Amino acid sequence: MNIGEIITRLWESWYFHNSIVGILVVFFAVLIWKLSRRDYWREAFHRTFRRPIITVSFVILCIYATIALLDSIGYHTTIKDEAGIALRSKTTGKILRDKKGITVLDILIKPLKHSKEKTYSAPLAKKQFTKEVIVNDDGTTRRDYPLLKHPNKHILGTDKIGDDVLYLAIKSIRTGIVIGAITTLIAIPFALLFGITAGYFGGLIDDIIQYIYTVLASIPSLLLIAAFMILAKQGLPQLCIIMGITSWTSLCRVLRGETMKLREMEYVQAAKAMGISPFRIMLRHIVPNTMHIVLITAVLGFSGRILSEAILSYLGIGVGADTLSWGMMIADARNEMTRDPVVWWKLAASFIFMIGLLLPANLFGDALRDALDPRLRTD
Amino acid sequence: MFSYTIRRILYALLVLLGVNALLFLLYFKVFSPDDMAARVLGEKRVTQEDLNNWKHEHGYDLPTFYNKSAGTLWERCTETIFWTKSIKLFIFEFGNSDNNTDSNIGKEVKQRIPPSLALSLPIFFASLLANMIIAMIVAFYRATYIDTWVLILCVIMMSISALYYIIGGQYLFGILLRLAPVSGYSHGLSAAKFLILPIFIGIIGSVGGGIRYYRTIFLEEINKDYIRTARAKGLTEGRVLFKHALKNAMIPILTNVVVSIPFLIMGNLLLENFFGIPGLGSYLVDAIGKQDFAVIRSMVFLSAVLYVSALVCVDISYTFADPRIRLK
Repeated sequence: MNIGEIITRLWESWYFHNSIVGILVVFFAVLIWKLSRRDYWREAFHRTFRRPIITVSFVILCIYATIALLDSIGYHTTIKDEAGIALRSKTTGKILRDKKGITVLDILIKPLKHSKEKTYSAPLAKKQFTKEVIVNDDGTTRRDYPLLKHPNKHILGTDKIGDDVLYLAIKSIRTGIVIGAITTLIAIPFALLFGITAGYFGGLIDDIIQYIYTVLASIPSLLLIAAFMILAKQGLPQLCIIMGITSWTSLCRVLRGETMKLREMEYVQAAKAMGISPFRIMLRHIVPNTMHIVLITAVLGFSGRILSEAILSYLGIGVGADTLSWGMMIADARNEMTRDPVVWWKLAASFIFMIGLLLPANLFGDALRDALDPRLRTD
Repeated sequence: MFSYTIRRILYALLVLLGVNALLFLLYFKVFSPDDMAARVLGEKRVTQEDLNNWKHEHGYDLPTFYNKSAGTLWERCTETIFWTKSIKLFIFEFGNSDNNTDSNIGKEVKQRIPPSLALSLPIFFASLLANMIIAMIVAFYRATYIDTWVLILCVIMMSISALYYIIGGQYLFGILLRLAPVSGYSHGLSAAKFLILPIFIGIIGSVGGGIRYYRTIFLEEINKDYIRTARAKGLTEGRVLFKHALKNAMIPILTNVVVSIPFLIMGNLLLENFFGIPGLGSYLVDAIGKQDFAVIRSMVFLSAVLYVSALVCVDISYTFADPRIRLK
């Protein structure tokens, strides 16, 4: 079994997702609790939320995050026959489980999922978007717009195969957040490890690490992602991994510079003189003092990754057709825009949901940077 | 100075060697030619024979490093995957496309550079000019309502994917208003009518991030000591900003400009794809669609060469511009 298969297997298992969600929630809770006990972070927190628009942004971000979390907790449903009895595998006798499973979010928005139509229908329409042959009561036929099964229920219309567009857009939230978050979580440990060791030790280690990130950074990231993704199949986990690999270099460079500065500080020199091991110095004195840079880069890079996902999915090297995402919605919409009359609601839906996430993310990131970066402080 | 230049160039070569090694690792160690064949031919109903045929046709069936069956020692080393697929990139012999074995990648690239440049150069210069002028005006009116609103507009524009600008612009100007052709290209001067809309969209797409970036640079300069001196002398704010600050801000701006030059040759992937401009960007998009591994590898290496050489140029030109670096 190669690495690719292991990743796909893990990704298909809900145990994996549920435990990752659990670990992440605990991790962030501990992180916030720890940070809230430090004056610097408390003050930064107050500075960040000084403007009401930032508070609004933060609330919107929290709503998106909650939807993504609810969509990441799920279980494998059992496959049942018509009588409602769970099917068992013929060879092993184990109960068969649905591969895709069902998430908490699916249960919450069940009406949207099951309100399927035949094909396109405009937002809040009573009738279908395209004409069909309808049999009248007296047996004659006519071509007309048939009534929808769920008239006036589709706030953002339905798409080519009759799926509710609002449902697609909501389900795409998770893909966007996962790309933004998992990529960052892959990139940060790399950047911290390499950046801080390079900056602290200098010399040969510095040269080697600098060489590695120069090589990676000299390939435009889109091309490197393309080179990787046409070999690996399209998919969310692969995309996160390769985007993580291409995005740690810039943070690494900044951390290296910052560590070189911190290395000469009196408190680090004092720790050195007391004979504390380099590993402990890095962990206790240097990492906490670079946390603001890490946080700023993570938040500011978040929106960039979601934008990249849209472009990559459009180019056919993204999450793939079986994962719902805004990029895939835009890719579909390209052909819909050339229809007459134009089918605009899928593009509009992805636009609204994307800007609804990216605008607060950018505003919040800026506010955070202004609050945390001492260089930009004016008063 | 001379030794610095030599060292810088040698390091650049070393980096390119690394890029090449990375590509080789990715294509022939992490994944294998078998994976490539399977990706092209599909997963189902494919026999090992089909895979082998595909590999033979495209030269992926050679031994990796050492060919025992070849004649002389030279041939034993050259008739290998490492030599034909990796070393040859270094001498810009990209070989033939995987998809269409008659088309030479090098030739194709040469043909596609002019359309790419015709699109990306105007976008580059026009957006540079527009961004800098607007950023300077915004910096002049800093901490006023103009500044706030332009910044908010910039953030909104940055939050919109480039795809929406392109699809929206194409629909509005190409289909609804019929001001410009929706897509197509012709060589020579008549290309202008096909290029005007993508150029316009390209500029609009770059404005959001650009204005913010240049505004930050100008504001950083404004807080420096020499600006205070200039103000203390009694110069007007406009003169301080447009003469003193602008001159000094040119150094970071130039760095940014020179570093982005290699990407101009690569063209604009999405714009070329949407508007049917036969440049390098659309070559790459086509290669991705057709899973043309040879083309992708060549384009990755080519772009790395362009990027690294641009960086060398920046570093060397710095030594002329800034005596502090020369003396180090």
